[in-house]
Amino acid sequence: MEHRADMRRSKIHWYKYASPAHFYPLANKLIPWVATVAVILFIVGIYVAIFVAPTDFQQGDAYRVLFIHVPAAWMGMFLYVLMAIYAVIGWAFNVRLSSMMASSLSITGAMFTFLALVTGSLWGKPTWGTWWVWDARTTSTLILFFLYIGFISLQSVIDDPRRADRAGAVLALAGVINVPVIYFSVQWWNTLHQGATIRFLSQPTIATRMLIPMLIMLSACWLYSIAVVLIRLCCIIVEREQSSVSFTEEVNA
Amino acid sequence: MFRWIVWRDLMLAWRRRTDALSTLFFFMIVVSLFPLSIGPETQVLRSIAPGVVWVAALLASMLSLGRLFASDYVDGTLEQMLLTPQPLYLIVLGKVLAQWVVSGIPLILISPLLGVQLGLSHQSLLVLAASLLLGIPVLNLIGSIGTALTLGLRGSGVLLSLLVLPLCIPTLIFGTGAVEATLISANPEANIYVLGAVFVLTMVFAPWATCAALRISLE
Repeated sequence: MEHRADMRRSKIHWYKYASPAHFYPLANKLIPWVATVAVILFIVGIYVAIFVAPTDFQQGDAYRVLFIHVPAAWMGMFLYVLMAIYAVIGWAFNVRLSSMMASSLSITGAMFTFLALVTGSLWGKPTWGTWWVWDARTTSTLILFFLYIGFISLQSVIDDPRRADRAGAVLALAGVINVPVIYFSVQWWNTLHQGATIRFLSQPTIATRMLIPMLIMLSACWLYSIAVVLIRLCCIIVEREQSSVSFTEEVNA
Repeated sequence: MFRWIVWRDLMLAWRRRTDALSTLFFFMIVVSLFPLSIGPETQVLRSIAPGVVWVAALLASMLSLGRLFASDYVDGTLEQMLLTPQPLYLIVLGKVLAQWVVSGIPLILISPLLGVQLGLSHQSLLVLAASLLLGIPVLNLIGSIGTALTLGLRGSGVLLSLLVLPLCIPTLIFGTGAVEATLISANPEANIYVLGAVFVLTMVFAPWATCAALRISLE
């Protein structure tokens, strides 16, 4: 709470947290709170999704996997854009913390994209009758996953952290510019090859009792991402800043 | 400066002719693996021909990309180039152009021959060559970003493909789309135009990213 009072008093204190040494204690204070709320929301969300939300009259109970699939797919996309923004800020303004944030976001983003693919195919089997469909969304999610993997492997191969940050920024920028092009080209490719055989957009709009668990799960996924990204960020800070005197002084104080 | 870079890279490539030739033969071998693995039915081969030739061209240009900056990086020439007052943008563009002449043009010239082997019609062959003519420079330009980023890293060859291939997917889609349109007697122009647009856009933006990547890698 002290920190919040600090922030209100003068604007300059915001920039204070761009320094890893100042951000580290703040993040450590935030993590337990965010993580607790995330766990509570997950429990509530899963309960509502399984026991309260009505059974879909077309898809049966299989549709319940969408309560995790849709938030995961959204997070996968959001986190890529967020990662690119952080990476580019870190590169352009030379903010170390921002680049560290990008690296820690990349892994969570890749995890969510992978989760979206897996849950999507689990949902597709009973609903569409097949594990995998080369439809525009599935394919572009798969490509998004590849983009994440490229970013992560590029950063892990480069030993010098500053170079890894900047190289990652260039790649993320190229990727984020490409994402809409990829999306539209894949959509076009899909219509060129075959008409959409399965349409699931023509269903009645989502019922409120289904929408509420969806929103709960989405916020749970957001808070989970924040918590995990902050934990990973703290690890990266400790790893990189252990040799810096100001950091060790600040944290030990 | 631009002409000098192109000329110099072409001379270097000419002195090491086998490099360009091996890319060409790689391309031919990959394409001929498909009939061997799928079977010799003309109908099947014709329907997969655009994709096969395009994917093979994509892989071949990935292979040749490793050489774009590597030797200049090892002997320090690249560092000197970064220090010259000339714009790095032009240097990069010149090197990519030379790369395209050395490894791209042979692929484009040989592609109709491979198309004939796969049973493509006369019109499809023309469109195939035209789509590669527009597409391979795009692959080289996008690839140059990846090459610059992975300069001097361990295992950079595989990593390069990992970085660049997802970014090349739109080019692949439009390129094969153009050829496939001819198979069903549709008009391939739309795809060719989009490919042209992609080419112009990458020509403007990709060298800029490559310059940034080179500065990062050589810091």
